[in-house]
Amino acid sequence: MFSFKERAIKFIFSCLAFSCLLFLLAIVVILFWQGAPLFSYMDFSQFFFGKSWYPTSQPPEFGIFPLISGSLIVTLGAMVVCVPLGIGSALYIYELSGPNSKKILKPIVEILGSIPSIVFGFFALTIAAPAIQQFFNIPTGLCALTASIILGIMAIPTITSISEDALSFVPNSFREASYALGANKFQTLFKVTIPAAASGISTSVILGMSRIVGETMTVLMVSGGAAVITSSFFSPVRPMTATIAAEMGEAAFGSLHYQALFAIALVLFMTTLVFNVIAERISQKYALKLGANR
Amino acid sequence: MKKVKVLCLSAALLLVVGANVFAQKEKLTLEGSTTLLPIAQSAAEKYMDLNPSANLVVRGGGSGVGITSLIDGICDIANSSREIKPAEITAAQAKKKQIEVIAVAKDGITVIVSNNNPVSNLTQSQIADIYTGKVTNWSQVGGKNEKIVVVSRDSASGTFEAFAELALKGQKVIAGALMQSSNQAIVSLVSKTSGAIGYVGVGYASQSIKAVKVNGIAADKTTVQNGTYPFSRDLYMCVIGKPKGETKKFIDFVLSPQGQAIVEEQGFVSIK
Amino acid sequence: MKNIIIEKTGFFLITMCIAITGLFLALLIYFIVSNGINVLSFEFLTQPPKNSMTAGGVAPAIVGSFYLTVGAVIVALPLGLACAIYLNEYSPKGLVASAIRISVNNLAGVPSVVFGLFGLAFFVKFLGFGISILSGSLTLAILILPAIISTSQEALSAVPNSIREASLALGATHSQTIRKAVLPCAFSAILTGVILSIARAAGETAPILFTAAAFYKRDYPDSIFSETMALPYHIYALMTEGTSPDKQVAIAYGCALILLLIVLVISAGAIVLRNKYRRQNA
Repeated sequence: MFSFKERAIKFIFSCLAFSCLLFLLAIVVILFWQGAPLFSYMDFSQFFFGKSWYPTSQPPEFGIFPLISGSLIVTLGAMVVCVPLGIGSALYIYELSGPNSKKILKPIVEILGSIPSIVFGFFALTIAAPAIQQFFNIPTGLCALTASIILGIMAIPTITSISEDALSFVPNSFREASYALGANKFQTLFKVTIPAAASGISTSVILGMSRIVGETMTVLMVSGGAAVITSSFFSPVRPMTATIAAEMGEAAFGSLHYQALFAIALVLFMTTLVFNVIAERISQKYALKLGANR
Repeated sequence: MKKVKVLCLSAALLLVVGANVFAQKEKLTLEGSTTLLPIAQSAAEKYMDLNPSANLVVRGGGSGVGITSLIDGICDIANSSREIKPAEITAAQAKKKQIEVIAVAKDGITVIVSNNNPVSNLTQSQIADIYTGKVTNWSQVGGKNEKIVVVSRDSASGTFEAFAELALKGQKVIAGALMQSSNQAIVSLVSKTSGAIGYVGVGYASQSIKAVKVNGIAADKTTVQNGTYPFSRDLYMCVIGKPKGETKKFIDFVLSPQGQAIVEEQGFVSIK
Repeated sequence: MKNIIIEKTGFFLITMCIAITGLFLALLIYFIVSNGINVLSFEFLTQPPKNSMTAGGVAPAIVGSFYLTVGAVIVALPLGLACAIYLNEYSPKGLVASAIRISVNNLAGVPSVVFGLFGLAFFVKFLGFGISILSGSLTLAILILPAIISTSQEALSAVPNSIREASLALGATHSQTIRKAVLPCAFSAILTGVILSIARAAGETAPILFTAAAFYKRDYPDSIFSETMALPYHIYALMTEGTSPDKQVAIAYGCALILLLIVLVISAGAIVLRNKYRRQNA
């Protein structure tokens, strides 16, 4: 049982697992190591609430508030698109599609979730942006609105497939009880099934949001790139991810600009981390509530 | 499980063997300014047609990144759309390296508007006013009553730096400007937007947009070459020390009549 | 009566949701396929770009993407699988195990551009691999590592304990049990996870932007230390650089179609495989 060979194998596995852990931790360490020196040049509030992002002027200004507001407006817009459509689609697959079409629809949703973001970005740039520009008669199709719509569509598969999972975890007895009390299908869906699956659905929304916030190539190609604080969806914006992707290629290694971009990456990292923790908390609570062992 | 192992091993072998078999060619890496990408790419293509043993790689990035890579020894030729900065010279000297700057082409930064914009001439100060936000309507500079949509290159690009220096004299572009990450994006944006103004390398000006005269001077071959067009600049390839070997051959090729023909083909202006 | 109207309207709205979603995605696929199909040809798949990237093919980009993806899987698969085995079979409650679990859960949602920055700072600069296939593959490997660990671990934990116990009862050692009894059971589920990760790695752009991608390179990659063209980056480069947009957009459509086909076929394969496996187990 405790032969040398067995122990050696165990040792090898634990080494590999440990190196995995090191790699994963290295990301955090590197982000801090490369980004933190910026804060000896400026303090946190200047960085977060500074209203101008002029990384190459003399002296450079690294206020990321316009970038945060860009990310925020695009995310909000995308949520408006993806939450109803994503959850609606999940409800359709769960409640209205027959067992056969369900077998086809679920995999299709999943497959669509794997379409690369560059393809969405390309589609947005060549087809969606000109169409939106003409439709709304605005100066440019490269604006928060286009980015929001495309990002919203991109996040639908995430939301739909997790929401549908959550819905189908609701025990059948819940629905049967409701039918027995004379409720119709719709009442049962909205008064019983959805509330029971609510935490799973909210998890899906948060994970979708996390995907939207972190999406890079699409926003880089269609958000327009203006680092302004705006509340108009027709105005171009410059979300954090796009800023990193657009400028990292041109920021010399070790310069302040380089550090500032790492600091933005750190902010993104923290944001998605918070989303994840919330999602996990909710799904834990949900597992307890339903008594399911997942 | 076995199959997977075999597959993994063979793929690994493929990588390693492939590495040794083909590693014979003379490799030359060009990196830097996106403005120079079309020239560098076409020249590399033609050069490899003529010298099948050469292996050229062209990478974008930006002027600053190209020069940093050059100093670090990551690339052989740095494409730059601006002159090197004193800080970069110091950085090179710290590594006991001397950067040699070779002008390979001339470029005029053309100010462009949409085809249905009646304005065809702007003074340098009008352009500066538009880009700094002092002028916001075309009627203020002799056009129709329409809001000006300011389009600019990304603040990290060499074209932006050159424009900021030549046209704005260091003033800041207004924050509401649409910052585009490439010349091509600016052209397509301006062509589709009636009130837009943008600037691109002279090579990118096409039928779909209208080039505006600056101080009454149009950006063409002669005015850019003799420097009378106000927004003209040189494009450089930078190397470490005096170019030799494959590097020298390639730079000589770019400077040769054949190379300069490529420069013109790509819409830039030849150096001579 | 009122209830029926509400029900009908409600279900109508729900149906509209999926219809709109379907319409959007159908539009996307329609435009990419209809514009890209004319570009696809044998030459397009086997030739390097020509005439200043306005003609020729995208072979170096296809090969480059292949190398990057294969490289990422070669690194991530053994590491991730070993990690999952350790988590599930050796030390499910240990300190390292819970640390790994926490980091895996949290890294799954980290934006891909952040991984790109990490790759730039760590592999390209710190370890000095330069902008190369090696750096790009390693960056992609770390990107897909969390997914591989979590799907593999899920697959392993789905293997009933009775199988382990039966094997141990027959006198097999712990490692023999894992190799001969547990892994074969979990094989297809692990494979599914790995295939889905391949699809993800093949389509990612942001992580290779600063770690591996070249704008133009005629030859196929000659070593793991050389930079390479890659399909997703090529689409981006064509759309943002270059002087003849009208000719280049056609090539970009071709690339997008190839990429779309590759990714959709790979992930469809994985999902079909998984469903088949699930049915067997059910």
